[in-house]
Amino acid sequence: MSNAILVVGGGFAGITAAIEAAELGHDVFIVEKSPWLGGRVAQLNKYFPKLCPPSCGLEIQFQRIRKNPRVKFFTQAEITALSGCKGDYTVKVRLNPRRTAPHNVDFSLLASSLTGKTDNEFDFGLSMRKGLYKSMPFAFPGRYVLDTKTLSKSDAARVAGIRFLETAEEPREIVLNMGAVVVATGWKPYDVTRLTNLGAGAIKNCISNMQMERLASASGPTGGRIVRPSDNRAPNSVAFVQCAGSRDQNHLNYCSYICCMATLKQCLYLAEQNPNVKITVYYIDLRAPGRYVNVLEKVRAEPNVSFVKGKVADAGQAAGDRVTLTVEDAVRGEKLTLHYDLAVLATGMQPSLAGENPPLPLPMDEDGFIAGGEAAGIFAAGCARMPLDVTRSAQSGTAAALKAVQTVKGR
Amino acid sequence: MAGKIGVYFDMQNIGGGLDIEALASQTREKWGELVQVVKVCPVLACTVDEIKADIASRQLDGVLLCGASPRAEADVYRLPVQVEYVNLREQCVLSYKNPDGSPPDFAAGPPEALSIMARDYVNMGVVKLQKSENPDSAAVSGVERILVIGGGWTGLTAAAEAAATGCEVVLLEKADTLGGAARNIPMASPLAPFWTDKQPTNLSEKISAVTGNSKITVYLNARMEKLQGQPGEFKAGIITSDGTVNVDVGAVVLATGWTPLDEKYLAPMGLGRGPNVLDAAQFGKMLVAGNITASRIAFVLDITMAEEAAREAAGAMADKADAESGEGADKFVKEDLENIRHLAYSNAVNSVAALRLADTVCDKTNDAAQVFILYKDMTVPGILERFYKRMQDRPGIMMTKADVTEIRESGDNMLVVCKNTLLGMDFDLEVDLVVLPTGMVPITAKDVVVQFDYRQGPDFPDLQLFDGFADSNYICFPYETRRTGVYAAGCVRQPMTMDGCEEDAKGAVLKAVQCIASASRGIAVHPRSGDASYPVFNFVRCTQCKRCTEECPFGALDDDEKGTPKPNPARCRRCGTCFGACPERVVSFADYNIDQIGSMIREVVVPKDFKKEGPRILILACENDAYPALDMAGMRHRAWNPFVRIIPVRCLGSVNAIWVSDAMSKGFDGVMLLGCKYGDDYQCHFVKGSEICARRKENIAETLNRLGVQPERVEQLEVAIDEYDRVPDLIDGFVGRIIAMGPNPFKGM
Repeated sequence: MSNAILVVGGGFAGITAAIEAAELGHDVFIVEKSPWLGGRVAQLNKYFPKLCPPSCGLEIQFQRIRKNPRVKFFTQAEITALSGCKGDYTVKVRLNPRRTAPHNVDFSLLASSLTGKTDNEFDFGLSMRKGLYKSMPFAFPGRYVLDTKTLSKSDAARVAGIRFLETAEEPREIVLNMGAVVVATGWKPYDVTRLTNLGAGAIKNCISNMQMERLASASGPTGGRIVRPSDNRAPNSVAFVQCAGSRDQNHLNYCSYICCMATLKQCLYLAEQNPNVKITVYYIDLRAPGRYVNVLEKVRAEPNVSFVKGKVADAGQAAGDRVTLTVEDAVRGEKLTLHYDLAVLATGMQPSLAGENPPLPLPMDEDGFIAGGEAAGIFAAGCARMPLDVTRSAQSGTAAALKAVQTVKGR
Repeated sequence: MAGKIGVYFDMQNIGGGLDIEALASQTREKWGELVQVVKVCPVLACTVDEIKADIASRQLDGVLLCGASPRAEADVYRLPVQVEYVNLREQCVLSYKNPDGSPPDFAAGPPEALSIMARDYVNMGVVKLQKSENPDSAAVSGVERILVIGGGWTGLTAAAEAAATGCEVVLLEKADTLGGAARNIPMASPLAPFWTDKQPTNLSEKISAVTGNSKITVYLNARMEKLQGQPGEFKAGIITSDGTVNVDVGAVVLATGWTPLDEKYLAPMGLGRGPNVLDAAQFGKMLVAGNITASRIAFVLDITMAEEAAREAAGAMADKADAESGEGADKFVKEDLENIRHLAYSNAVNSVAALRLADTVCDKTNDAAQVFILYKDMTVPGILERFYKRMQDRPGIMMTKADVTEIRESGDNMLVVCKNTLLGMDFDLEVDLVVLPTGMVPITAKDVVVQFDYRQGPDFPDLQLFDGFADSNYICFPYETRRTGVYAAGCVRQPMTMDGCEEDAKGAVLKAVQCIASASRGIAVHPRSGDASYPVFNFVRCTQCKRCTEECPFGALDDDEKGTPKPNPARCRRCGTCFGACPERVVSFADYNIDQIGSMIREVVVPKDFKKEGPRILILACENDAYPALDMAGMRHRAWNPFVRIIPVRCLGSVNAIWVSDAMSKGFDGVMLLGCKYGDDYQCHFVKGSEICARRKENIAETLNRLGVQPERVEQLEVAIDEYDRVPDLIDGFVGRIIAMGPNPFKGM
């Protein structure tokens, strides 16, 4: 039996659940797949509706973790097996090697001197990274990762024998005994290669909304300048394609909750950087629930932004690396073909567990959202449960923490 | 007061830019007995056991770690004594450039300006520790009883969940029955996976689970008389039909829900003109009672007509002076915050409500009814799209986007004029009933619910920022209001559907239980959770000026008739705004106080020759946003002028004017206050700190002027945490202005 709580996933919902339970006096273990905590939120430039930086909220959360010995976390870690029952789970965790010392070492100069490169997944392929890397300046834990596969021959020679690097570190497995589980595995952007009518990711200067976040971010590939990836020039005409995959039986059978608001926010990024930009948003419904309508109205009042109710049927490449969109205006009944410097696909969120076979005894629906598990002391939180924005993920993580606490309390 | 300090230098994390051995021996020589141990460690993180051994054998009561930023690896150093950090990596070596702006050539030896800066920082660290004490505990008893205000869907959920967590519950409901708005909901929108079908609310089961629970006491026909005291030991006065009941409670969940928007706002759409126009709440009520006979029903979700009428009405009204906020005012008058915006804010709830009500009508009439849903945007975000899809396929329901430009009587029926529809034409829809959306007005927009018996008045501050919703301004922290220990949930916080209310209730209960636990351990809640320090008042010198009690962003301080402050540590968030406010400097924290920061300022060696040895500029930096931004600038090798000295503060609200005077009389040439963004979209973790500081700066400027010092020597600059590439330019810009101004006239006096 155990009264510790396992939190699977160290994104915003997961760390919220973990910290809230720990501050109530429970031992919590976070298991996070990537090398740092913060999840998707860490990749965002600003939050709607206030346009404040997500690193501010993460900083508070990370401080709370630093101060609280009851929160323990494993990064680059995956659950390989879970057995037992409510109140008494045995969990096997595989710890993948980080290959750097377990304390904070500034490898920035060494890292920048390396030559081997690979696609930077954190920037969704908009930049390259080295074999020794830290994806963001506020990374927590603030430790680098050594990815030996990306090292060039000369890199390998450089890092060999460097103190605090352990090139030969192997994966390890640990076993934990847990009383309750919070599953906060989050989401991934819907795979654009499946959107064949929208170019399947092969059209130049047709990017996803998450790529837009990286472009706009100070820690992103352009230091925050929004430019066309093909020529690094600021776009003068931009189209947003809403519901790219969402609300579509062939793709995602639900609305992804955040894309309308994300687009509105990104309209404001663009308008701030380039007063001459012309933006068109193609949408089915503009979903700005609750007080978020204030943001919608603010963007409507922007002279640079226009809205067209209609689905984008097709995207293609035009001369000058521009993007051609074929649009059906639903109200006027017209079919339009238009060219843009940059097109942004508001790709939806897909639960991270979709298409996976997680070693967790959980009922899932056909889209990969968790649909139950409470009776077994397993509680889904955040976007593993349904598409949500950050505020609602925090709310959901807090609620899951309560259920987990009730499960282990008094044991 | 730390009297035996160990100073440890981290070779690995400072790099080759400094002569650490020289720094270590300087420290030994300067501080003598106070500093018992000075060690240069090859790798500090691997020395934790050695430090612990030193603490034991040399009876150290303070440890100063000189190396990386405290943000880098503070979790490594969990030591049994006070720990302070000297940030020699990010904010010293990594961010160093020569006074002329050129990059340093470390191979040629440690640059002089860098060595001087490092020495200053180490000495400031020693003094900081010397003037710091481990706080004693301000723990309160921690009554494990939660007061839930409101017995509707959210309140019932909260009561049951709190009881299931082991707490006693007092549930207060102003009506004579439990259930609230849920009583008028015939069928709920989907409450659980797979989110495709409406569901029975099973409200009576939910009610009996509460009334049958021995841990829960329910008061009907009841309202708050007052809430007194502090988390863990609140005293709630509840007015019931049998008189006033006094209960001790540890924390409060506010779940008072909403009331429908005044009919007058929907009159332009026909509400109130006759029985053929209802709002969704009225329609639900009639449906529950089985009184619906209409067979052609139009749900009109486009609210443009109502909004335009309200806009015209507002334009016609004479400019009204802004109503005073209740904060700090002597006589409290509740401002009615109900307005037309509540209709728009209820968009998602109304879209979902139209679907479930339409579905219910079709069910009840065996599909004889014909229902139309006319919308501008069908706001069914997220997973409930599945329910929407299901309804799109349902026979009997027809939906289209439409601009509804007129709703008028046509014989016994109603005519709804629809333009710009998806059917390729405009049309007039004849129906026998029109259902309009319901504007959800949070009870807190109209009533003072909690009745805080606080110095700053009975209501929540900032309500006008959220049109009356008892919401948080923090996207990451949805439960944080400005009244510690009171957590809002459900539609009083934001309009939400019933599944959302249930989840929200659970979250608020967790925060309430956690707050009680923290109060009983004497530690702070969000955002400085775990902080055991609290403000202590030296009343002998207090002049009862009331500044601290007025400025506390959380209303933590009460006062007596004379104006002497009465602290409530469990309400306090430990920002230090009170001691920033105090002209007599009577307020202090054990580990953060006026004398401590003042001593750090005085510890900086200020050279007499401005021209030859450069100016000295003090930066008081907010540790929440500005300090991390400086760290990240350093990590990115962005450098700034080496003549600045940075002191982190808990919040700019805690900056006391005396520090600026200290700096000026010490000979500093300028003081920069580096804090977060303020205004409606403030980013201050303590709500008002940077704003209050900006206000106080005016007084500081006046004082400086009187003393013959240019007020431009003190500037407050706003920086967000992600503006790390901009912050070095901000600093250099200020330094440039100071250099142009020349030396502080007090220098060397």
